[in-house]
Amino acid sequence: MSQILRFHLNGNPAEVMAGEAETLLDTLREGLGLTSPKCGCNRGDCGACTVILNGNAVKSCTVLALTVEGKSVWTVDGLVDGERAGEPEGGESPAPRSLSGHKLHPVQTAFHEYGAPQCGYCTPGMVMAAVAFLDRNPSPTEEEVKDALSGNLCRCGGYKKYVQAVMAAARGEFDPLPERSGRNV
Amino acid sequence: MYNSVGKRVPRYDGIGHVTGRTQYVSDVKMPGMLVCKTLRCPYHKARIRSIDVSEARTSPGVYAVITKDDVPHNLFAMVPDHHVLAEEITRYRGQNIAAVAAASRDAALDALARIRIEYEELEPVIDPEEAIKDGAPQVRPEGNNHLFDGNSLTRRIRRGNVEEGFREADFIVEGRYTTPSQEHAPLETCCTVAYVDAPGRLVIHSKAQGLYFAQGDLANVFQLPLNRLKFIGGTIGGGFGGMNSIHTDHIAGLLALATGRPVRFALTREEEMLFSTIRTPWIFRIRDGIRRDGVITARQVSVLHDCGAYTELGLYAVEKNANLIAGANLIRNLEVDSRMVYTNKMPSGSMRGFGVNVGQYAEQVQLDRLAHTVGISPMEIRFINAFHTGDKNHTGNELASVSTIETLQKVAAMSGQTLPEKYLAWSSAPLSPNTNSGK
Repeated sequence: MSQILRFHLNGNPAEVMAGEAETLLDTLREGLGLTSPKCGCNRGDCGACTVILNGNAVKSCTVLALTVEGKSVWTVDGLVDGERAGEPEGGESPAPRSLSGHKLHPVQTAFHEYGAPQCGYCTPGMVMAAVAFLDRNPSPTEEEVKDALSGNLCRCGGYKKYVQAVMAAARGEFDPLPERSGRNV
Repeated sequence: MYNSVGKRVPRYDGIGHVTGRTQYVSDVKMPGMLVCKTLRCPYHKARIRSIDVSEARTSPGVYAVITKDDVPHNLFAMVPDHHVLAEEITRYRGQNIAAVAAASRDAALDALARIRIEYEELEPVIDPEEAIKDGAPQVRPEGNNHLFDGNSLTRRIRRGNVEEGFREADFIVEGRYTTPSQEHAPLETCCTVAYVDAPGRLVIHSKAQGLYFAQGDLANVFQLPLNRLKFIGGTIGGGFGGMNSIHTDHIAGLLALATGRPVRFALTREEEMLFSTIRTPWIFRIRDGIRRDGVITARQVSVLHDCGAYTELGLYAVEKNANLIAGANLIRNLEVDSRMVYTNKMPSGSMRGFGVNVGQYAEQVQLDRLAHTVGISPMEIRFINAFHTGDKNHTGNELASVSTIETLQKVAAMSGQTLPEKYLAWSSAPLSPNTNSGK
């Protein structure tokens, strides 16, 4: 039976009907039409569906939707449209922007600049795993980054560039890392 | 000098990827979209004694149930011998038998459970070396061995005289090499969204890597003229060759035509792993004659390609493999005999260099063994036997631009190997009597 689920999505209140056997991934994709979390295996192996739940990177295909009642969920959409929303800054800033003109999170900038995504299907999950990790550990070692991304598969084989890009984001190669903000609310 | 080499060049689609805005086929959603699930054969080989879908058709939420009788032309693939929905005999585990379009996944699965089907399980043959034996269970009515040009058990390459070559040799080295099957496992499983648009065209959002291959192939399955079949491609979540074969477009298209509604057919991870096309197994036997000075005087290769139950891209792989199996070596006396055999497994698809890299694995290991046998280094044997510009390759084509020796010199430098002086002076330029003596 479906019931009303209320939670915070990318900093905004969200309300949606969800079944008791429904996963958070299905609720996000089907109920709320957010297609950035991807389904690769639907059993917690691949990490393409990674979102941030109360500050922790989780695989949304292994979370029952109704268990996030009252909690905070962030998807990659929230990095540009929620937390960082605003008019594009003036001037000729070389920093890449989202398709809607908003500034990107340094992790997104780094992934783009380092050419980490190939087919791109693992990328939204990689971004969220990396952002949740840097929120906790803004000055990591390379080994720690590898460990943090170890739950996210990339079949194109782009692991090395993803790790390099997270290290670049951590040392502020593009923009300083933002404050932890509301993701762990 | 270069616009891009050594520079960081952003991908044109990179921003979409890092912001999650890139739309893949599995993200396509349409109003009233139905879900497709298929009934797959649980046996490696079976006879379908009877099938009754009447109860499934009246199951709640079901819009259509189709079997082979509902397919206008039930054969597809590059070599069109694969059934869209199984005929009387199923030839591999997971072969599609019937398909349902329903309002939800649960309704589709419920309907599948209501299909009454009676199987007679038949003895399969799984091992390719068993399948070529007389009396092996027959995968296909015409036999297990593919007949090249309709009459030959082998695809053959002949050059020089191997018997003379072996007589000239100081050592004979034989090796047997095998490669297993491999699944592409793209992170996005195969997915199709199909619908009939307002002017009456069948529109297919496809994960195909070769849209025009698929369009031509499926126009035949649907028996539609090409101008009524529109394929929409785009960014795909990984293909690696696996999406050169059709896994979902045909069935989703048939159900869209049957229901007049949008239909989504996405494979589960399990289906993708177990039932889609794969890099199929190969067995290589290489017999070489080699002189003390490292020159390969003769080579005999026999290849057995396990194609699975249908040809798909297996034949293409055999051709590529046969042409390149003797490697980047000038071998004056050569015989290649390649066979392709059908077994009760999922069919042979394309996968990243299909046919070539499996053969090169065998050939490169064999070269190392040759070097060991005559007591020279793995580098030396490759220099001594390398092709030069102007040489004829093993199928008789003149090689216009060769860089084997330069590549070896670079590899040696990068890996910290010291080469003897004379090899540093060599090049791939056409051989004259004064250069690269000893050949």
